[in-house]
Amino acid sequence: MENIILKKTGSSGTIAIESYIAQGGYKGMERAVGDMTPRDIIDEIKSSGLRGRGGAGFPTGMKWQFASLDPKFPRYLVCNADEGEPGTFKDRPILEHNPHLLIEGMIISAYALQSSIGYIYLRGEYPHAKRVLETAIEEALARGYLGNDILSKHFRFNLTVHFGAGAYICGEETALIESLEGRRGQPRLKPPFPVNSGLWGKPTIVNNVETLANIPWIVSNGAKAYASIGVKECPGPKLFSVSGKVNKPGVYELPMGITLREIIYDHCGGIKGGRPLKGVIPGGISTPILSPESLDCPMDFVHLPKHGSMLGSGAVMVFDDTVCIVKVYERAMRFFEHESCGKCTPCREGTAWMRAILSRIEQGKCSENDLETLQDVAENIAGKTFCPLGDGAANVLLAAMKIYRDEFEYHIKNKRCKVNAA
Amino acid sequence: MTRHHALKDNEDTTPQVTEEKLRLLRNKIHYLMGLYPSYQGALLPSLYAAQEIFGYISPEAIGEVSNITGVSAAQIKGVACFYAMYKTKPMGRHIIQLCTNVACMIEGAEDLVAYLGEKYGLTPGGTTQDGRFSLVIMECIGACGTAPSMILDSDSYDNLTKDRLDTLLESYK
Repeated sequence: MENIILKKTGSSGTIAIESYIAQGGYKGMERAVGDMTPRDIIDEIKSSGLRGRGGAGFPTGMKWQFASLDPKFPRYLVCNADEGEPGTFKDRPILEHNPHLLIEGMIISAYALQSSIGYIYLRGEYPHAKRVLETAIEEALARGYLGNDILSKHFRFNLTVHFGAGAYICGEETALIESLEGRRGQPRLKPPFPVNSGLWGKPTIVNNVETLANIPWIVSNGAKAYASIGVKECPGPKLFSVSGKVNKPGVYELPMGITLREIIYDHCGGIKGGRPLKGVIPGGISTPILSPESLDCPMDFVHLPKHGSMLGSGAVMVFDDTVCIVKVYERAMRFFEHESCGKCTPCREGTAWMRAILSRIEQGKCSENDLETLQDVAENIAGKTFCPLGDGAANVLLAAMKIYRDEFEYHIKNKRCKVNAA
Repeated sequence: MTRHHALKDNEDTTPQVTEEKLRLLRNKIHYLMGLYPSYQGALLPSLYAAQEIFGYISPEAIGEVSNITGVSAAQIKGVACFYAMYKTKPMGRHIIQLCTNVACMIEGAEDLVAYLGEKYGLTPGGTTQDGRFSLVIMECIGACGTAPSMILDSDSYDNLTKDRLDTLLESYK
């Protein structure tokens, strides 16, 4: 498959606007703003079948249509570049090596949505990306691709990089909006949805970096060409960030629907040292772990739920037989406890409680009924929280306890780790 | 390299508040307010500006941000405490933000934390006695494919080992 998103990224790639233009960049934007109506673009994106790449997989064209039907102005366009999910680093190559692809995608989107103000909500842990993006925005302004009269078409769009300050929950779109408004990043109740009432009560489209990076190619090459990549229900390419015990970790652009087996063994060179595979987290730490039996599951929004997990952000974390699953989930729960925004009780108290029990089990200080308590707490959090953070924390633990129950029981019975004992 | 000890309670490392620094902050906030439709929208970048100028979000900085934006000092403190990357107490000259989340953990990040404690007397949340380094444990910095990783001030470093850590820290005086 030809690379669409990671095309020509790299040291001499497309960081500077001249290189990006020399390689065909901004052609999609010129076509969109010059020859197409906003309605044409929305229809094209709808026909392409593009689904949001942030994790939820909602159809992008439909989201845009909802916003475009709302008569309120101004409309805001926000790029979600928070990327805080542990295991996820797929947007980083775009942000650091191909910033104009994102900016071009945002200009086309803003034109389609008739939005004049855009923000890139960038995670605070990417200081280099901030410098790159701010330089790229200056370059685009100097060329007349951003500003008050883009391509002399009376189209106005200005873009600001808003630097996040280290809060995982701000990847959730309503929490992100709260944060952009200068408050603690705590989720809002939906409805109203941001497409109708988002930033400062106005229609707001929040799209992930990868989603927006697909837009220029779709506009340039047409929805039909895009829909022919990947699988019918989830077309297009997908960025997978692979980490853990594989020989070649990294970011891979592959067609949606590729199997885990192909990702791990064909593209990432298999498991380090040829060791046996123990488990895979397919979409970041908040997606349930899969056992090696699910290796042939297609990686997309439709098939993974049938195997009890989710595509999430496409962050594949691979564990071999030297990794202790109890320790992995003790650390994961420390993350959820730390990142719970504190708004609702089941999440705030429940993640701390689950972490405390997991720490006891991991340190060999547990009692016999700890596993039962853990199960009970997790089941009482799942489905009872305001946003998906608490829900995710409980569900990933329940999945791990189901698949690797013997490992949890060994820890409790023997007060030590099964992996280290082996 | 010599062993360092943790900062003593009675040692004052508070950066000096000067009229020049306050003026710098004011100018920056006025610029930032032009990028958002509400004054409060400029709050997060204003707090970053304060941190950059004073080394941390000092009470004086909070007062100044409050005066200009009209957001109450209590609200500003609430926001500053919520986000992990705002420093609400004085820090060392260089801040080591080391990730210990799952991908980094399975590649040995916890050994690096222990090593920083043994060799530099640097514990999570602490500062070396000479005020050179502070250590912050991070919840994923988006470098899982090249774990273990850290951000030192505003530079990212990957594939860390104890030796590499020593070499890197040597270059931050």
